[in-house]
Amino acid sequence: MLETLLDVLSWLLLSVGGLFVFVGGLGALRMPDLYTRMHAASVTDSIAPILIIGGIMLQAGLSLASIKLAAILLFLLLTGPTASNALASAALLAGKNPDQARPLDEESTQ
Amino acid sequence: MTIVFGVFLLTLMLITAFAIVRTPNLFVAVMLTGIFSLLLASNFFLLDAADVALTEAAIGAGISTVLFLGALALTAERETAPSSNRFIALVVVSVTILAVVYATFDKPRFADPAAPVHQHIAPWYLETTRDAIDIPNVVTAVLGSFRGYDTLGEVFVVYTAGIGVLFLLGKNTGRRRDKPDDAARGLRHYLIPRMVGRMLIPFILLFGFYVQFHGEYGPGGGFQAGAIVAAAIILYALLEGENRALKVLPRGLLTGLIAGGALLYGAVGVVGILLGGNFLDYSVLSSDPVLGQQLGILLIEAGVGITVTGVLLSIFHAFAARGRF
Repeated sequence: MLETLLDVLSWLLLSVGGLFVFVGGLGALRMPDLYTRMHAASVTDSIAPILIIGGIMLQAGLSLASIKLAAILLFLLLTGPTASNALASAALLAGKNPDQARPLDEESTQ
Repeated sequence: MTIVFGVFLLTLMLITAFAIVRTPNLFVAVMLTGIFSLLLASNFFLLDAADVALTEAAIGAGISTVLFLGALALTAERETAPSSNRFIALVVVSVTILAVVYATFDKPRFADPAAPVHQHIAPWYLETTRDAIDIPNVVTAVLGSFRGYDTLGEVFVVYTAGIGVLFLLGKNTGRRRDKPDDAARGLRHYLIPRMVGRMLIPFILLFGFYVQFHGEYGPGGGFQAGAIVAAAIILYALLEGENRALKVLPRGLLTGLIAGGALLYGAVGVVGILLGGNFLDYSVLSSDPVLGQQLGILLIEAGVGITVTGVLLSIFHAFAARGRF
């Protein structure tokens, strides 16, 4: 009974995590400018790994694999947002002003 | 299921390869080669080749991308229009592709247990590793002991490549640097990446040493560990400035590491001869042949790791000294 419950919970976490990755990818493709695209893509390195690795950890149970997965999750949670921050500040330094952001298509035609 | 995932990853790799060829922006092409390597690493992992996957992820997706960016800093960001005749190139590529496709008809089917590679010498490796070397990771046994000559050759390839790049780029510093302050400062003014990087670098180094010394029990070994350690120090150089990284590991020491690792590997072989065995026969290194084999593998893996770290860091510093990151 408990195992079925854990299985259901794990698959729920995995599917919702997968949905967030999909939404993040869709947003990165469809959003109009760099900052909104980054905003959309940032769900793939914040909530999505939590859900997906949480789901895998439920499958792995109490074992060494779970500890390794937790270490990977910690690493991803530290590096993902840092990379987003570095990208955004690099864009700001390169002169992309978020207030007057224009769609990327217009910029590329200039 | 493996086949479905494999075909999916290979399709993505094909798309990435076309994108690399098509894009005129070299920066985009560099990023795409990183993605290509990561897909290739996933594919290797899918085929249970964890050691190769780790190498591809560490060197292909990690270090190469940084080195490509370093090379890009010395040139322009956009591809120049091709001036030569592209028709001849198309013919050459097409003929090569047809020859390769024709050659694949002779290959055994995917995962065929009767394939020659599973019949010829692999069973002998699997059995002998258990008796003669007694380590769980057969890949490390094959790489370090049975085919020690090949690995020695690979180390010298890395060694020669490193020396060649150093000759081409030169070791002298600051000659063409526009703003000397840039390399000195690194990313010190970016607080968040710097703090997170500072927190992570010790753990990356620790993981590098784990991969180095755990190679006999799990995937890993000198090549992967060397790349990971080099990545940690390159990260330090990017965050804190190249000069501070050079203070930790000065150029002279790096050159010493390049030669020292290869020398350590060769010395293990020569000590084998002096103790009455063959070149690179580790059994004579200890009174217990199995222990001698393990000791020999540990030493030559250390040699590999030292040379790879030295070469990658020297190449990085050579690029950094000429351009601005």
